[in-house]
Amino acid sequence: MTAGQAAGTVVERRFPPVAGLTTVSLAMVVVGGIVMASYVPRRPPLGLPTALACAGAALVLASVFLLSRLRDFAWDRFFVVFRWALLAYVISAAIIGFAFVRDHTRGAPLALVVLMLVIFAADVPLIIAFTVARYSSPPHSAN
Amino acid sequence: MSDTSLGTGTAGAVQATPRPRVQVVPVRGLPLVAAVVVFVVVSIAGNWLWALTFCHVVGGALWTAIDLFVGLIIGPILGRLSIEARAEFAARFMPKMVLLMPTLVLMTLAAGFQLALLEGNLAPSSPNHAWLVVSYCVVGVMAVIALGVLEPANIVVLVEMRKARPDGEIIARLMKRFVFTAGITGVMQVATLIIMTRVATQ
Repeated sequence: MTAGQAAGTVVERRFPPVAGLTTVSLAMVVVGGIVMASYVPRRPPLGLPTALACAGAALVLASVFLLSRLRDFAWDRFFVVFRWALLAYVISAAIIGFAFVRDHTRGAPLALVVLMLVIFAADVPLIIAFTVARYSSPPHSAN
Repeated sequence: MSDTSLGTGTAGAVQATPRPRVQVVPVRGLPLVAAVVVFVVVSIAGNWLWALTFCHVVGGALWTAIDLFVGLIIGPILGRLSIEARAEFAARFMPKMVLLMPTLVLMTLAAGFQLALLEGNLAPSSPNHAWLVVSYCVVGVMAVIALGVLEPANIVVLVEMRKARPDGEIIARLMKRFVFTAGITGVMQVATLIIMTRVATQ
């Protein structure tokens, strides 16, 4: 098999919809964040943001489950990218969280914001690392 | 992107000319990013009006201009180049975008939110409140596109370029995705410009 054929196999290989599910999870958290932010400085109603955060968490967990079942996957590359991306997005999430704390968000709304930020900080590195690793997976991994 | 087919087979391996060593994250830029982040945090913590305005206006202007320029000017030109030319451009251009765009977005949004709060624009009675909620929605759509599609494509291209034999088909496919989504966010930036000029003049 030539390098080109191997690469073609990588592009055509079917993977579970990890990136798609995680992107939908990210969208849910973003919508929840918009709902919360649109009420600042008042106390927001928590029903819709809580439902969105729970759905987002369920989707990211489903992605992790699907990911954990993958065989012949470039796990070393996945973890290298995931680690660094996680560091970057934890810093981003911490700055957003700081802005909410600075603006006197407290109690249940703050807990919900933190939950959304945790999902956000997990979603983005997962999408990036999965996308990188899928194009580096066997039989292309010899590269 | 008419020459995507060149990416298959051994012809797709981008190795015609000696390639520069590709750095996914330009380490030399990290201190500058850290300085900007610290400046934004200090501005928010101190409710420093000038610094918040500076971060929001400068960050927003650069973000919008770069998005429009890349999406509507660079993108279509890039789409007509050969895979080798695209790969060489990507090797030099993408690492800068990896650091620049998230920093500008963070700077603009964090400072903008605090500025709106400080100036009373977030109050439900403010005539700007509805416009700001619309701007959250525009930014939300751009964030999902940028973080879910554009940035992963950017990183994959860079990782591919680091390989001994980068595959032209993968690079072409992901550059196409990058250029398409950059075009969408570029157009959405026009909506942001309309909203922000409304907010500034009400």
